[in-house]
Amino acid sequence: MQYSSKVMEHFNNPRNVGEITDADGVGNVGNPVCGDIMRLYIKVKDGIIIDAKFKTFGCGAAIATSSMVTEMVKGKSVDEALKISNRAVAEALGGLPPVKMHCSVLAEEALRAAIDDYYKKHPEQKPK
Amino acid sequence: MIKKIYLDYNATTPIHPEVLDAMLPYFKNFYGNPSSVHSFGQKTRNAVEDAREKIAKFLGAENPSEIVFTSCGTESNNFAIKGIAFANKDKNCHIITSAIEHHAVLEPCEYLSKKFGVDVTYLPVDKYGIVNPEDIRKSITEKTVLISIMYANNEVGTIQPIEEIAKIAKEKNIIFHTDAVQAAGKISIDVKKLDVDLLSVSGHKLYAPKGIGVLYIKKGTKLHPLLHGGSHEKNKRAGTENVPYIVGLAKACEIAAINIKDENERILKLRQKLEKGILEKIEYVQINGHTMKRLSNTSNISFNFIEGEGILMSLDLDGFAASTGSACTSGTLEPSHVLSAMGVPPEQAQGSVRFSLGHYTTEKDMDKLLEILPKIVERLRSMSPLWEDRIKKVNSLDKG
Repeated sequence: MQYSSKVMEHFNNPRNVGEITDADGVGNVGNPVCGDIMRLYIKVKDGIIIDAKFKTFGCGAAIATSSMVTEMVKGKSVDEALKISNRAVAEALGGLPPVKMHCSVLAEEALRAAIDDYYKKHPEQKPK
Repeated sequence: MIKKIYLDYNATTPIHPEVLDAMLPYFKNFYGNPSSVHSFGQKTRNAVEDAREKIAKFLGAENPSEIVFTSCGTESNNFAIKGIAFANKDKNCHIITSAIEHHAVLEPCEYLSKKFGVDVTYLPVDKYGIVNPEDIRKSITEKTVLISIMYANNEVGTIQPIEEIAKIAKEKNIIFHTDAVQAAGKISIDVKKLDVDLLSVSGHKLYAPKGIGVLYIKKGTKLHPLLHGGSHEKNKRAGTENVPYIVGLAKACEIAAINIKDENERILKLRQKLEKGILEKIEYVQINGHTMKRLSNTSNISFNFIEGEGILMSLDLDGFAASTGSACTSGTLEPSHVLSAMGVPPEQAQGSVRFSLGHYTTEKDMDKLLEILPKIVERLRSMSPLWEDRIKKVNSLDKG
């Protein structure tokens, strides 16, 4: 199994690691049995995701996809962010080994969970 | 360029230079088929039989004819298990093995169970990874034809009470096989003293090449061959003998026999240094496996709150080669079946790394590893939500 240089780069220098203490939405997905847990924080202002951070327990691909998804959502509207698919995350990383595609799925799920949480906290923002 | 440091000797070993030297003439000059009548064949036949004698001596076998050459440890295990099951196909047979065996034992058992209705008992292990011989005794039924328990575990290094198990098998007149792939070359093996019927060895775990193995078959043990064809290996394993590799394996066994005691002591000291250093420098770690009853070269360590692959990738970038569990199962996502059977919780099992030391491991290597490992663990923990939760919990307790 070999990772792309982009995956290695994001594993080595992950973007946006950390916690947003006053986050507008937090997504928690995964479990230790499958080996990955992702926690994604988003900060939203005027419908735009102005900051995103993550903490991940998982393999190299899990860390790289978390890093990439936080990069991708920053500056996007919540609606646009919802359209980010796992494939887009994997492609942005120059592809993932087949056995690691689930990590990109987890990244997509973490993002959706964070947005769901945001809508729960801010029901007025939820599109009718 | 960073210096590469190999700490994955349980996955495979480099070929010893003397082993390579012993093999080379059998690639270049002596290429006859050992089954041929002419002088070319006689030359290689002699080489094969000489190797068989040396390996028999190394394993403490009474008779060289009890040594059968195979292509690898997996073949030896398949041969032993399927060979016994097929030889007993008329009985509604039952096999006893353990939950921590290598997949080269578990999978043939699974196959026999699914396709041939063979009944298989997978015995549990204690928290150190040791099978209780009494569990074996209790599991024996009238249909039991084989007990297969590994000598030493590949992931955690735990050594099983083989002699005791063999005694029970003998008492009940049941064939006993042990997968000694990890044990051979690391601890002295004496098949006669142990009183085992079948024992598997793999060349590439003891500085011989990949692609050669041995099944020791005690005289009188009836098992069916896996490969049918010519009358090679006294009809036990068809196929032209892999002469250079057989010669290489014999040489590797000779070298191992000479060095085994000193190497064991040297490597044990290095491992003790490594484990002591890790326990001192890194919090929330566990050493998996038995303290004493363990291969001296194997160290399986759980680093809590982080996942093993990230540690391996980081180590690799610093030039270190280690592994999580078995190299043969690195394509799967489940935590190690060995650690699970030992009762290690999944999140701890996911954070385990196996360092396996060997002939070329030095004290400097351990020093360097102890220097970089705490940094790697710290970095990964700083990214882990489980670590974040732990810190919050500790802080709230402090406040409370």
